[in-house]
Amino acid sequence: MALNRRRLLAGGAAALTTAGLLPRVALAADTIKLGAILDKSGPFDAYGKPMDMATQLAVSEINAAGGLLGREVEIVGYDTQSDMALYSQYAQQLTRQDNVDVVHGGILSASREAIRPTMRKTNTLYFYNVLYEGGVCDRNTFINGVTPAQQVEALVPYAMGQSGKKVYILAADYNYGQITARWIEKFVKENGGEVVGVDFFPLDVSDFGSTIAKVQTAAPDLVIAPLVGGAHLSFFRQWAAAGMKDRIALASTTLGVGNEHKVLTPEEGNGIMVAYNYSQELDTPENVAFKEKWAEMFDGDQSMHEIAVSQYHGLHTWAEGVRKADSIERMPVIEALETSISIEGPGGKVTVDPQTHHAVLDVHLMEFQDQAMRVVETLPQREPIDTQAVCDLAANPDDNTQYEIEF
Amino acid sequence: MDLTFVILVEMLYAVASLVLISAGLAVVFGMMKVINLAHGEFMMMGGYVTITAVGLGVNVFIAMLVIAPIVVGFIGLLVERLVIRHLYGRLVDTMLATWGLSLVFIGLATMIFGNTTTGISTPIPGFTVGNYQINGYNFFIIIVSVVLVIGMYAVLRGTRAGLIARGAMQRADMAAALGYSPDRIYLATFFAGSALAGLAGAVLAPLVGLVPTSGGAYIAKAFITVIAGGPALIAGLVSSATSFGLVSQIFTFAISPVIGEVALLVAAVILLRAMPLGITGRFFRGKL
Repeated sequence: MALNRRRLLAGGAAALTTAGLLPRVALAADTIKLGAILDKSGPFDAYGKPMDMATQLAVSEINAAGGLLGREVEIVGYDTQSDMALYSQYAQQLTRQDNVDVVHGGILSASREAIRPTMRKTNTLYFYNVLYEGGVCDRNTFINGVTPAQQVEALVPYAMGQSGKKVYILAADYNYGQITARWIEKFVKENGGEVVGVDFFPLDVSDFGSTIAKVQTAAPDLVIAPLVGGAHLSFFRQWAAAGMKDRIALASTTLGVGNEHKVLTPEEGNGIMVAYNYSQELDTPENVAFKEKWAEMFDGDQSMHEIAVSQYHGLHTWAEGVRKADSIERMPVIEALETSISIEGPGGKVTVDPQTHHAVLDVHLMEFQDQAMRVVETLPQREPIDTQAVCDLAANPDDNTQYEIEF
Repeated sequence: MDLTFVILVEMLYAVASLVLISAGLAVVFGMMKVINLAHGEFMMMGGYVTITAVGLGVNVFIAMLVIAPIVVGFIGLLVERLVIRHLYGRLVDTMLATWGLSLVFIGLATMIFGNTTTGISTPIPGFTVGNYQINGYNFFIIIVSVVLVIGMYAVLRGTRAGLIARGAMQRADMAAALGYSPDRIYLATFFAGSALAGLAGAVLAPLVGLVPTSGGAYIAKAFITVIAGGPALIAGLVSSATSFGLVSQIFTFAISPVIGEVALLVAAVILLRAMPLGITGRFFRGKL
């Protein structure tokens, strides 16, 4: 047989098409697609990279246990590069082109609000697994990060007890910082204290010299700092450099969430008060096993932190929901999750609150000590009462609001 | 009284840090008319060089004041040889090329150091003024920038090399006719500008959390300062840094840091509207 170029090309193309297409089509029908949308680079990558690793770890565990409904779970992940504009773009991609079965992701509250409407509109189940300002009431969305009533309500009286009644607030200037600052004000007043000043900072501000002088003119006993991201880390450095650490006590609702206590030196960090669901120092069998599995999967890495663990909890909660529903369809999974599903994770027991789609979980009051978070007191199984006060999805399943605190 | 002193120090510090971040750009843009959009990344590299050197056990002051400027200066040398020298006189092309370079440097730094925040703590303790605590490092920055301005003035005014450099910037063909190679002079000037950027990044490193994208935070302020300064290199740098530093600090103390930043930008717009050639286009004419 004479083999000319045209025939060779035609035959080759046909072979390639059959070889390339067939198995992929078969696979796509088989796997469950899990959309992950996280900042794996840029100034918020200290949050996002470990969250991505937590996603991989949780999915590999789910698959090792036989997958869900006998099907393998496949991650469809996008890196949003700390750019809020990319969130809406990739949310469209995940929901309209990749047709994923569930989306886990979003880090900053601004990014959550950028993608949540798309998830709702396209009927894609959505998990936001990050500590945040509370109040989101949306039946399509499940949230298992701590809210102000779980965190700030515990942190404020503890920190005021360690220092005094006059409080100064330094917060990040976007929805998280603005709303959290109002919560702090509320809890300071309820505990008989007084807020002597509030300042907000855009996310790229890194010079806090004049702020530190201004804080001193107000002479507070305590500074509470819901500051976010790499640039704001400078505040804690400059605060220590000015020798303020021994004069005015410092607490934060965000520092340590991205393992910042390991970036600050012991002299800069020691004594800063925080309250979270997770610390690497938690001495529970679940956490020890979790850290070992993590190290094994990522070559000895130990970068897990608060919101990476939240992401891990969120994924396993969703998997439990799918198992219980015995379906991957959105409504059966939501209804299964609303039966108060619980999991035991590295951060303790986490239970879905059916009324708000938030989580009931443990919160630990902690202090930074030698680049670790030392647990001072554990407050078991706290309810998200801030959101419960305004949100009842059982009574109003069509609600789609983020409620904000009012005075 | 104490407060007055604290505010005064903060204002001086604001002016000094503007001088510091703009000095390298002022040399490269003011003297060579090259718009170096990678200026912020040169600063970022200065910071990383310092942190790396300190990690290797070098004294922090030697790392900041000697090693960082030299290393970044040599990176600048490479950049000038490989890219910039082909683009002299082509303003838009240099902008595009240096913007590309800035992306390359961010990428390289990300590969080498990882895209996470790093930093070192300040080597100078804070101290007390009456009822207030001040960051002792502020004084270090003020001193460094004063020495820097005096040093630049002395070199440009007092040495033969400075004279030749200034001559070549005004009329390169004339300098060449007199036997000085403009090529070499541009090379040396770009080295100096990069080294200054490296120094600024190094000295500011202990105050900030450093990420590969840190340079972006400086570039706008540096350009505003240099352009509002106008044609005179040193007089322009000092006068515009002083105006912007004072305006931003006054509004920061009176209202809030955000308004301080806004005030700086508004001041820049008004200033450039009133004096399109910059401050030294109207005042201090003919000065250095």
